[in-house]
Amino acid sequence: MAEVMPEGAMTDAAGEDAAIKTMNMIEAINSAMHVMMERDPDVVVMGEDVGYFGGVFRCTAGLQAKFGKTRVFDTPISECGIVGVAVGMGAYGLRPVPEIQFADYIYPGIDQLISEAARLRYRSAGEFIAPITVRSPFGGGIFGGQTHSQSPESLFTHVAGLKTVIPSTPYDAKGLLISAIEDNDPVIFFEPKRIYNGPFTGYYDRPVEPWSKHAASQVPTGHYRIPLGKANIVRSGEALTILAYGTMVHVAQAVVEANGVDAEVIDLRTLLPLDIETIETSVKKTGRCLIVHEATRTSGFGAELSALVQERCFYHLEAPVERVTGFDTPYPHSLEWAYFPGPIRIGRAIAKIMKD
Amino acid sequence: MADGPMRSNLPPLALHVPEPRSRPGDPVDFSDVIVPAAGSMARPDEAASPHDMRNLSFGLVRVLDDDHKAVGAWDPRLPDETLLRMLRTMALTRAFDERLYRAQRQGKTSFYMKCTGEEATSVAAAAAMQGDDMVFPSYRQQGILMWRGYALTEMINQIYSNRSDKLKGRQLPIMYSVPELSFFTISGNLATQYPQAVGWAMASAIKGDTRIASCWCGEGSTAEGDFHSAMTFASVYNAPTILNVVNNQWAISSFSGFAGAERTTFAARAIGYGIAGLRVDGNDALAVYAATRWAAERARSNKGPTLIEHFTYRAEGHSTSDDPSAYRSAQESAEWPLGDPIHRLKSHVIGLGIWDEERHAAMDLELAEMVKAATKQAEKNGVLGHGMHQPFETMFEDVFEELPWHLQEQMAQALEERAAKWPK
Repeated sequence: MAEVMPEGAMTDAAGEDAAIKTMNMIEAINSAMHVMMERDPDVVVMGEDVGYFGGVFRCTAGLQAKFGKTRVFDTPISECGIVGVAVGMGAYGLRPVPEIQFADYIYPGIDQLISEAARLRYRSAGEFIAPITVRSPFGGGIFGGQTHSQSPESLFTHVAGLKTVIPSTPYDAKGLLISAIEDNDPVIFFEPKRIYNGPFTGYYDRPVEPWSKHAASQVPTGHYRIPLGKANIVRSGEALTILAYGTMVHVAQAVVEANGVDAEVIDLRTLLPLDIETIETSVKKTGRCLIVHEATRTSGFGAELSALVQERCFYHLEAPVERVTGFDTPYPHSLEWAYFPGPIRIGRAIAKIMKD
Repeated sequence: MADGPMRSNLPPLALHVPEPRSRPGDPVDFSDVIVPAAGSMARPDEAASPHDMRNLSFGLVRVLDDDHKAVGAWDPRLPDETLLRMLRTMALTRAFDERLYRAQRQGKTSFYMKCTGEEATSVAAAAAMQGDDMVFPSYRQQGILMWRGYALTEMINQIYSNRSDKLKGRQLPIMYSVPELSFFTISGNLATQYPQAVGWAMASAIKGDTRIASCWCGEGSTAEGDFHSAMTFASVYNAPTILNVVNNQWAISSFSGFAGAERTTFAARAIGYGIAGLRVDGNDALAVYAATRWAAERARSNKGPTLIEHFTYRAEGHSTSDDPSAYRSAQESAEWPLGDPIHRLKSHVIGLGIWDEERHAAMDLELAEMVKAATKQAEKNGVLGHGMHQPFETMFEDVFEELPWHLQEQMAQALEERAAKWPK
């Protein structure tokens, strides 16, 4: 447990909150909502199919039965409406947790996120806020084709006033989601659906281990937070810094283990606010930086990371900063594994960066 | 290819592009505007089924007749003091608009929007609601703030973006935010407030509150997806909401036909969603009051949302950045068949014997002086672009509750830039 209980994690004192259960990421996310709905009567959960049915990925299972259908309810298929009413509920004083069924469907709600939720505090000088957490499964690797695989995080990190959070383990998912719900600013909470059930390593032709074999599946049943804006060093190393988030944390780790390179792997966990301190310290130590994300390359979040590393660590760099990303195409269906930034692409980038 | 491909002997398809009644220089003909007699519309019970009141989406609820008498079932039978307060508030709104429009022309601010001719659609609506019912206005509902008694100097501070502007000079003029008067922050993006109002009303219902929500948009904005999302949610959850469409005929230079007015009324949008729809003479303060009160009582008794179309006319430009003489006939405003809302209410109270021309003229003078005094007061706090703005670091505040490192760095940069421009 020690290696997955990251620094900065804040758990409540002993007692029943100290109970630990083995959870996959879906169960951990579900547990976070159970805990928050119990603690705060202003938390409401809504979205397409989230009520009686419990969500297409089961993340909201059991919530309506426990908290009633005025606090957990299905919505019309209208992302504009879902986000728009969430903003209004937030203005009333509620703390809505809307689900967008797939990140690929978030675009009809994007004006309400960018022009409204993100700027409510600013334009009213703090008189109105949007304490909403938009949960949405994102990323590929599940043969979802171009409409169930996208990673649109950089569209949101580009917006002043939004926080963007992406967990990579059940333990982190619960602690980060609780922090997101408690946060008084709007948070985009992208859940890497490829690792809902197990830490996918990118070796798609090998069997995937369930979360139960991973230490980070040991999740406290009670309330705990992982602060937003704090990265997690999942593997310490001296030769190279790898920046990743979501599914790609596990893929990068697997490649590092396979290659035997002494890389420091940093799970960003929150893209905005970004933990620049951890990144800067690591890159200054290793002198090399590889950025890995599944999203398309051009104007992706990797571009921002690359620029920040160059601005802050230029005189410590021994090789150009490298990016491994998805290609600048829509997410293909049958050629999914040719698109996915898997072990070969990452391995080649590591070899290149270590050669210099 | 210029004539298109000829494929068969079928007639060629033709695209219909709507065209307004008249353009600059054309004579104006409003003969197609059907104005039913005042008092001719039946008033259903507030609990009526939307299916039994569809005719109210196509007619026009009118209370004041051609002789300015209140007639029919929709007459709200208001006490004298309410009538006179509505009249005074509408006159104040117009006086304020005239003064602040001039202030923009004098270079004291960047932008202003008048609501001339539409005063009843906000003042009478606000009068018919409870003071703590939440309103989600668009940008032409300053009359609500006037009715709820917001300080004029606060409004002008905001318009001038001066150092006393509590919104810290961040918003375009007239985009007020007044939570203490249950007045939501105005966006400027169109119809986004519609689903927000429905969400607020849903929250009020979730909590077992008694307050309802009301929102406004123009007829042009009903084309936005937000309008239809809001209608769907309001219908699905029976949200206690009044959804106002101010049909002032013009969306900047685009006449209402570009929002679908050639085909049906805006009130009739309610029919497809199965909610109550009312179409109201927006220049008749008593009709606006009566319709809003009907909708408010319906919402407050869990009978559901109401869409109200206020049929009115935008007597002036869209904003100070707009010149309507470039796209519509200058005669339209004068010949609008539903008259002027202030003149009509004034004639009504004079007819009741509780008001007269002398008192009205004196009131107009008094209000003009009051607005002038408030303007002078606000000008002591500065006008736009004269250096009496908020401190530079406030630009970075309120993006988030706490200032993250990247904004701290950018704030330091901004302060260095100012120091470089004006060394101490």
